[in-house]
Amino acid sequence: MTETVSTQSTVKEITRALKHKPGALLPILHDIQHALGYIPADSIPVIASELQLSRAEVHGVISFYHYFRETPPGKQTIHLCRAESCQAMGSKKLEEHVKAKLSIDYHETTPDGKFSLEPVYCLGMCSCSPSMQIGNDVYGRVSNESFDSVIDEREALS
Amino acid sequence: MSLNKEKDFGTPAREADTLVTLEIDGFQVTAPAGTSVMRAAAGIGIDIPKLCATDSIEPFGSCRLCVVQIEGARGMPASCTTPVAEGMKIVTQNKRLAHVRRGIMELYISDHPLDCLTCSANGDCELQDMAGAVGLREIRYNPQGKNHLQAIKDESNPYFSFDPSKCIVCSRCVRACEETQGTFALTIDGRGFDSKVSPGQNEAFMDSECVSCGACVQACPTAALMEKSVIEHGTPEHATVTTCAYCGVGCSFRAEMKGDQLIRMVPHKDGKANHGHSCVKGRFAFGYATHKDRITTPMIRKSITDPWQEVGWEEAINYAASELKRIQAQYGKDSIGGITSSRCTNEETYLVQKLVRAGFGNNNVDTCARVCHSPTGYGLKQTFGESSGTQNFDSVMKSDVIMVIGANPTDGHPVFGSLMKKRLRQGAKLIVVDPREIDLVKNSPHVKADYHLKLRPGTNVALINALGHVVVTENLLDEVFIEERCDTAAFAKWKIFIADPRHAPEQAEAVTGVPAADVRAAARLYATAGNGAIYYGLGVTEHSQGSTTVIGIANLAMATGNLGREGVGVNPLRGQNNVQGSCDMGSFPHEFPGYRHVSDDDTRRLFENDWNVILESEPGLRIPNMFDAASDGTFMGLYVEGEDIAQSDPDIQHVHHALRSMECVIVQDLFLNETAKFAHVFLPGSSFLEKNGTFTNAERRISPVRKVMKPLAGYEDWQVTQLLANAMGYPMNYSHPSQIMDEIARLTPTFAGVSYEKIDRLGSIQWPCNEENPAGTPTMHAHEFMRPNGKGLFMLTEYVATEERTTRMFPLILTTGRILSQYNVGAQTRRTENVAWHAEDRLEIHPHDAEDRGIIDGDWVGIKSRSGETVLRALISERVQPGVVYTTFHFPESGANVITTDNSDWATNCPEYKVTPVQVSKVTQPSEWQKQYSDFSKQQLELLEQGTHHA
Repeated sequence: MTETVSTQSTVKEITRALKHKPGALLPILHDIQHALGYIPADSIPVIASELQLSRAEVHGVISFYHYFRETPPGKQTIHLCRAESCQAMGSKKLEEHVKAKLSIDYHETTPDGKFSLEPVYCLGMCSCSPSMQIGNDVYGRVSNESFDSVIDEREALS
Repeated sequence: MSLNKEKDFGTPAREADTLVTLEIDGFQVTAPAGTSVMRAAAGIGIDIPKLCATDSIEPFGSCRLCVVQIEGARGMPASCTTPVAEGMKIVTQNKRLAHVRRGIMELYISDHPLDCLTCSANGDCELQDMAGAVGLREIRYNPQGKNHLQAIKDESNPYFSFDPSKCIVCSRCVRACEETQGTFALTIDGRGFDSKVSPGQNEAFMDSECVSCGACVQACPTAALMEKSVIEHGTPEHATVTTCAYCGVGCSFRAEMKGDQLIRMVPHKDGKANHGHSCVKGRFAFGYATHKDRITTPMIRKSITDPWQEVGWEEAINYAASELKRIQAQYGKDSIGGITSSRCTNEETYLVQKLVRAGFGNNNVDTCARVCHSPTGYGLKQTFGESSGTQNFDSVMKSDVIMVIGANPTDGHPVFGSLMKKRLRQGAKLIVVDPREIDLVKNSPHVKADYHLKLRPGTNVALINALGHVVVTENLLDEVFIEERCDTAAFAKWKIFIADPRHAPEQAEAVTGVPAADVRAAARLYATAGNGAIYYGLGVTEHSQGSTTVIGIANLAMATGNLGREGVGVNPLRGQNNVQGSCDMGSFPHEFPGYRHVSDDDTRRLFENDWNVILESEPGLRIPNMFDAASDGTFMGLYVEGEDIAQSDPDIQHVHHALRSMECVIVQDLFLNETAKFAHVFLPGSSFLEKNGTFTNAERRISPVRKVMKPLAGYEDWQVTQLLANAMGYPMNYSHPSQIMDEIARLTPTFAGVSYEKIDRLGSIQWPCNEENPAGTPTMHAHEFMRPNGKGLFMLTEYVATEERTTRMFPLILTTGRILSQYNVGAQTRRTENVAWHAEDRLEIHPHDAEDRGIIDGDWVGIKSRSGETVLRALISERVQPGVVYTTFHFPESGANVITTDNSDWATNCPEYKVTPVQVSKVTQPSEWQKQYSDFSKQQLELLEQGTHHA
């Protein structure tokens, strides 16, 4: 089975399982992203047809929520907090450093596919600002240096 | 957007029994409950500033420009989303509001190109108007800040462009696409400052689901969405209300002009058939009217192998008349005749039949309705007493269950299709009876058929009988309606007939292929869901039992009491703009105007006295009879106005043979159409923009056609017919089509109250319009049927299988249909940018049938029937069922009618276009017929070239 075919069948399976729930679109999108890591563009016609929606409607919802991705994520996704407390503790500077270090902007993935960068608005760790999350690990009081060492370590591992 | 000449009330009207009185800026105003404050204010002439609101769509409350203050209430609510309440006191203008509005405008303008003077919307821009209204004087924001000014234009659509740099993201286009058109092709991509209008999945308009209806362009308050014609030529300076010349919906349009140049067509808000909506054909596809292929000089030739010779009008008319007279002298009075068209106005059609009956002295007149809705004329006349649909279009908004039989409204009647979809989105149930999966079945967002009875082509009667059987045997009858309104003796007979087990769905299943359980469920739904309405099209009529199906539909509606009020009824969707009218005007060989038989002495005397001539009492030849007689050498002269029989009629090789056999074929048309290639006299016709007259749409609505430019060839069509009549020796002296309408009204009871003066006053009129119904009749048969005894007549409808059966040689059934962007023979739409959507006809074939034959998508395939063979490219699709293939018929070289046969409706001779047994196989080259036809066509175009260049 080719990759596209298996992706399509996952999309169909998820959509058909959930389509009868009221307000089924969001749960379907969540499950697809959970299963595939993102919502491929060619899954939209399938979702639209199953739910009696237009492609535009589905696209509108996906693009409204930043959490939903339309491209495959890197192996690890860095969620960098941009909320008030972190900003007060210098997250803007950290942000610049992170982008320079990885050579990518928000919502982008490094060319080697190792890291994606996403903003997040509060991880509930304000006392340890600025903070970030990678996978299931959260990091507090992140500095340029501590960021670099975390990344270098993770890069070496991956 | 359109010229700001039509009042915009900001939000849609509300209907309510309760009225609410409030005070706006100190003035008392009363409005139906549910009306917005904005609309109530507009009603008394107070226009509250607004950007995201327009009265064709529901309010949204996003631009905040329409904020007002309400006494005793906090804050500044948006007047578009605030409903009126009793005793409310509203202030629409004060210092605080002005301050807020200026601030909002300042933000809008901070991200808008300030190129007003060179902008295509200059002078016709709501953003510009609002900047003026709020007194915007300065913009304090840095113009170098983040903005959208460099956004890339989308020029993919041939008719309009999308310039996102001018977009204010008011979502009017998105909402118009959803609410007005029902296509949902647009969305807002992203959010916050990144929000932008996105067709489909952030793609070009042409790659999205957009059907180019133009509702978004009309709704756009700026130049973001703009007609390319306006960009090219500038804003129009005057407008005339007229009626579209495409399908039977009969949309009302404002033809917006610059001098004698048509800049754009904008659907008219007060149009009662379309309420300000349109489709891609009506709004955009008018370029054919001034296409270089238009022939504007009369031409004659002795033989169809001679070059055409350009001549003056007098010579052409005299030549035509002398030939017709010569033929009559040589072959007898009945050797000539005329064919009118459903594209002509009522007045033109009336004149052609008058010319034939009074001038030619016979009844050899027919119309293209012969090949589309003649079974409707027959079936509804027999059962209800009048050959017409029973409702107006708006009636569908009160339907609870809608049954669509053999029609494809979203393609064939798009504006009505949109209205129907709106009702379906509100929750009405839908039953589709069609061999093919039309878009309504499940390909329209938020619309899905509750039952799709996917029957085998040619088994309509068996299916309708099965539905009737369930209604009777499960006792779903409306006994009171039947007792009071119908002929009870006839009903009793029908009841016994239909209750017979041979009509049970379980029996019919073997014939129709539709599961009995679905038929039972659909019948129950139609009979019990409240208001049940039936809409049908050529999938009903174009069969050997077309008339029987129409009668069966009428029986079903009477049996369930679904007649005589809003929301119900039996409604034929007419293919062309004036099918209803051309039939009303007496263009059938057996009927005078108003469907009165030529053998009826009183009627004939009425016309004889008025026309001052003795009239024939025997019906004349129908179109197929004319062809047969021509091939036999007894019918030698034909006057054809506005119809292309050499492309549109079935078994086309037979038609071509007949045309070649005639000695004088006179074609009056805009173009050298296929029929004109067999003609001896060509009389240039005038487009709907070049003449006055009326069209009657599918809901019996008589609407005005108004001249917005001079006829390119000098005469309006009715004038040409009049010239020919005079040259034939029958005097006609009308100086304006209104006089023709006066004559129609004088001689036709159902039109007695119709006049141009009244049409101008009311906008349009639904016949019957007479002393009893001076303003016309939206719903027919409200109290009694139009039959002589006032009672509806049930008739027996035995199913008889068509002779067109599949065999080993021809194992598949071919059926045909239409597509949105093209129109019938395509003479008009093929000469517009609409070919961008549909540049060729294709053969839809089910994957199983394709696989059996080794056919893959895009292959050239030969389609062969007992009549002939043609070649098209294959389109593999599960829309058709196995065993059935389907094509459209918009291109002459497709030769769809090479394959169709001479089989026809038993009552009316309407051809059985919808059922042709065929074989399909993979081929590498065009069919023999296509090659011959291509050579013939090339030769004829050379003869045209020679004549027009050397004359």
